[in-house]
Amino acid sequence: MKINLPSPLVEYTDGCRDVEAEGNTLAALLFDLDRRYPGIRFRMIDEQGQIRAHIKFFVNAALQRSLAAPLQPNDDILVVAALSGG
Amino acid sequence: MPGKSVHPHTVVMVGTRKGLFVLKSDDQRKTWHAEGPHFLGQIVNHSVMNPATGTMLAAARAGHLGPTVFRSIDGGKNWQEAITPPAFPKNPAGPAAAAYGWTVNHVFWLTRGHATEPRVWYAGASPHGLFRSDDDGVTWQSVDGLNLHPDRLKWLGGAQEAPPDGATLHSINVDPFDKNHLLIGMSSGGVFESFDRGATWAALNHGCAADFLPDPNAEYGHDPHCVRVHPCAQDVVYQQNHCGIYRLERSQNRWLRIGNNMPSAIGDIGFPMVLHPRDPATLWVFPMDGTTVWPRMSVAGKPAVYCSRDGGGSWVRQDKGLPPAQAWFTVKRQAMSADQHSSVGLYFGTTGGEVWTSFDEGKKWQCMMLHLPHIYSVEAYTR
Repeated sequence: MKINLPSPLVEYTDGCRDVEAEGNTLAALLFDLDRRYPGIRFRMIDEQGQIRAHIKFFVNAALQRSLAAPLQPNDDILVVAALSGG
Repeated sequence: MPGKSVHPHTVVMVGTRKGLFVLKSDDQRKTWHAEGPHFLGQIVNHSVMNPATGTMLAAARAGHLGPTVFRSIDGGKNWQEAITPPAFPKNPAGPAAAAYGWTVNHVFWLTRGHATEPRVWYAGASPHGLFRSDDDGVTWQSVDGLNLHPDRLKWLGGAQEAPPDGATLHSINVDPFDKNHLLIGMSSGGVFESFDRGATWAALNHGCAADFLPDPNAEYGHDPHCVRVHPCAQDVVYQQNHCGIYRLERSQNRWLRIGNNMPSAIGDIGFPMVLHPRDPATLWVFPMDGTTVWPRMSVAGKPAVYCSRDGGGSWVRQDKGLPPAQAWFTVKRQAMSADQHSSVGLYFGTTGGEVWTSFDEGKKWQCMMLHLPHIYSVEAYTR
């Protein structure tokens, strides 16, 4: 499954914004992504298992707020990290 | 600042809102070399070193990506993120204790462990959280004796009761004479200490004012800004508090307000406090305006350090070299430090991005660096 990452996360992927991972839910996908790129999940999901503020996941261009949302093998995932302030 | 490389006997780590800068010099402290920025664009609340091992840590937060701790074992050339950053215990399923469910917003304070435990570090967080690493900063564990204490909400209140920039656990001190004795500051909440490595805790606030509380003799709920345990004199503890400057009278476990000896026009409000590395009677503070809405800038726009050589019995103004007027400095609680040279070097950083130094224990000051981002922390070391 293809995942497009925001620039603040590419330090975990050796500079790559387009990466791949597998999973039948968004939660499983992020665990697999963390297995491939250790530490990246904690930048998006806090210790209580919640999506960090200002992190958004889009599945096939649709906003998805549930980590339990099912995924299909050909889905496209977009991760957005909003920035604010100076 | 000249860019010439020197043998780094003196290291000053400057954490800023936009990254970390490491300033290095030799014993003379005349020529300095600036390295960085490391973590450009990331908030670095605190960066520290263990001069015995050379390990450096930096508490960082990248925008909205959450907090972490970075580690360098090669003098700051390369940094690796902690494999397990500080994090609160996960909220268990079903009915849970109220203490569970916290999320670290940012790591605010870092302190190395006892000299006999060179791989131990402690981290303080916002909201109030205490964490320990036993492997030189690679992995971090919650100190559950504090983080899950059943009286936590009573001591510290909820998020709506926190100071405007968030509740913080800071001023983590490891007693140089007892590795199991920890003394911490929490804003707000007060000073607390543990004699069993963090398993159990007791408030240590008697004698300290809390003029924002209805009970003048409250056991907890105080607002320490910076608490310092002397590195080589037993039971010597000082505190810059929201309500003045104090020295702990350990025989009575009671704080004595030594800030009453400051000039009344200056007052005894501020954030940082620095102890002399050898003389337990010498300390420095940076008074700031704590009137009305608390501007928290140098009083009347005339920055000055105040030094006491007698444990707070009297204070001397030290402003030679500092701007005489219209200089509205704010110096945060981690942003003032002393090195360990025979003539102690003092360093402070302002939220305007200036680093000021004195190499004669405050007699005269000079600006060492301009145009840095908002400075959050300054820590100086002699190796």
